[in-house]
Amino acid sequence: MAAEAPIVVFDKVSLAFDDKVILREISFTVTRGHTKIFLGASGSGKSTILKLMTGLLKPDGGTIMVKGERVDDKSDAELMTVRDDLGMVFQEGALFDSLTVAENVAYKLLDDGMPEDQAWARVDEVLGFMGLESFADRLPSGLSGGQRRRVAIARAMAYKPAILLYDEATTGLDPITADAVNNEIIKLRDVEDVSSIVVTHQLRDAFRVATHEAIREGGQMRIVEASPEKRDEAEFIMLKNGVIHFEGNATELRASTDQYVRSFLS
Amino acid sequence: MLSTIQTWLKSSVFEVQAYVLLLMAAVRSIVSPPYYRRDVILQFEAIGIGSLTVVALTGFFTGAALALQTGQSLDRFGARTLVGQLVSASMIRELGPVLTALMLAGRVGSGIAAELGSMTVTDQINALRALGTDPIRKLVVPRVLAVTFMAPVLTVLADAFAITAGWLISVTQLGVGSGTYWNSVLDGLYLGDAWQGLIKPVVLGFVIGTVGCHVGLRTTGGTQGVGRATTNSVVVASVLVIAVDFFLTPLMMKVLY
Repeated sequence: MAAEAPIVVFDKVSLAFDDKVILREISFTVTRGHTKIFLGASGSGKSTILKLMTGLLKPDGGTIMVKGERVDDKSDAELMTVRDDLGMVFQEGALFDSLTVAENVAYKLLDDGMPEDQAWARVDEVLGFMGLESFADRLPSGLSGGQRRRVAIARAMAYKPAILLYDEATTGLDPITADAVNNEIIKLRDVEDVSSIVVTHQLRDAFRVATHEAIREGGQMRIVEASPEKRDEAEFIMLKNGVIHFEGNATELRASTDQYVRSFLS
Repeated sequence: MLSTIQTWLKSSVFEVQAYVLLLMAAVRSIVSPPYYRRDVILQFEAIGIGSLTVVALTGFFTGAALALQTGQSLDRFGARTLVGQLVSASMIRELGPVLTALMLAGRVGSGIAAELGSMTVTDQINALRALGTDPIRKLVVPRVLAVTFMAPVLTVLADAFAITAGWLISVTQLGVGSGTYWNSVLDGLYLGDAWQGLIKPVVLGFVIGTVGCHVGLRTTGGTQGVGRATTNSVVVASVLVIAVDFFLTPLMMKVLY
C-alpha cells in the first residue's frame, strides 16, 4: 500500500529579515495524525515556521504545501480555504480581549456564516471537551495563564481543522497547568485525529506529548504511556541558527551524543 | 553619518509605502463585500457619540474666547456689531473643522492606535488572520468610516456651540443685541462656507482614522511600543490635520467661491 501523502511539506524554505537569516533551506514533512515537535533556543526560528505555514509570513525561497496546496505564493484572500484546515494556538493565547470565552470560541464559526444555534451548540461541545464550561461567560482578562491557553486551544479546534499548530503553548506555566495543556494536545491528536505541530523550548512538555497517548476506557478518557508505534509517530526537529540540527524520534533524541542536543537535554 | 541619513530615508520611504498600501486596501475593502456592519455601527457610536462632550466643550469655549477677543478688536473700528459675523465665519470656515479634527486626533486617533497596537503586540491581529478574517475589513474600515463621517457631524456641533457661546458673550459682556448678533451671523455666511465646513472635516477625519490604524497596525516592542504608537499617532495626525487644512483651503476657495 502506498504511503499516505504528507499533510504539510516544507521544501528548502529560507527566510531572512534584512541581513539576519532566520531559516536556511529548511525541509521536512508532517504525516496526518502525527506530531512534529520543534525545539530550539529563543530566536532559532521555531515560531517563524508556524507563521510561514499559516501564510502569516512569506518565505524568501522554497515551497510550502499544506494539504496539497501551495501556501507560500498566495495572498491572504486566497489562503482562506487553507486556513480552514489550520488551527493556531498563539503564545499567551492571543484571545480577543473584548469577547467572552464563548464568543472567542464561536468567532470563526459565526464569521464563516454557521447558523447561530449550530455554532453555539459546537461551542458548548468544545468547551465541554476542554472542561471549560464554567468559564464561558468570562472575559479573557479574568482567566489564568493556563485557562487562556486552553481557551486558545478550544478556539483553534472549534472549526475542526486537520492540523493544530501550538506556539509555545506551555511556556510560563507551572508543571501541573502545563500538563493540563499537554493532555489537551494529546487528546485532540489521538481522539480527533488532528495532526499536531508543537513549537516549544520546554523539553519536559515535548517529551510528555511525544511519549503519551489518549485512550477511551469505559466512556472516560485517560492519558497513558504511548505504545512504541505511537511514540514513533512523534518526531523531533531541533533548530540551531536557522538550520535543522537534529531530526528523529524521542528515543533517538535521548540517545544523541551531539553536544548542542545534550546541552538542551541536561 | 551618511548611513544614518540613508537608513532614515529608507525607513521613511517604507513608512509612506506602507501607509499608501493601507489606504489602497482600505478603499478596496470599503467598496467590496464582505462588510462587518455591526462593527461599523459600534464604531460610529464609540467615535461619534463618545466625542460629543469634548467637541461641544471645545466649540463653546473657542466661540466664547473668539467673541471676547474680536469684540475688543472690532471696537477700535466701531464695528462691535459685526462680532457675530467674525465668530461664525472663522468657526465654520476654519476653526471648527481644524479644532474638531485636533480633538479627534487626540481622543479618537490615539484610541485607535492604542487599541490596534495592543492587538498587534499580543498577536490578536495575527490570530484574526489565522482565523480567516481580514483585519482591514474587520478593524480598519469601520474605524475609518466612523471618523470620516462623524467628523463633519461633530464639526457642525462644535460650530453651533461656538456661535451660541459667541452670542452669550456678545449679549452679556459686549452689549450687542441678540437680534443684531444673529443677523450678523447670517450676513457673514456664504454657501461656500457651509460646504467648506462640511468637506474639510471629511478629509481630516479620513486622515485621522487612517493614520491611527496605520500606526497601530505597525506597532512593535510590547507595551512600550503601544505607548510610542499612541504618541506618534497623535503627533502625526495633528501635524497632518494642520498641513492638509493649509493645502485644502486655497483649493476650496478656488472651487467653491
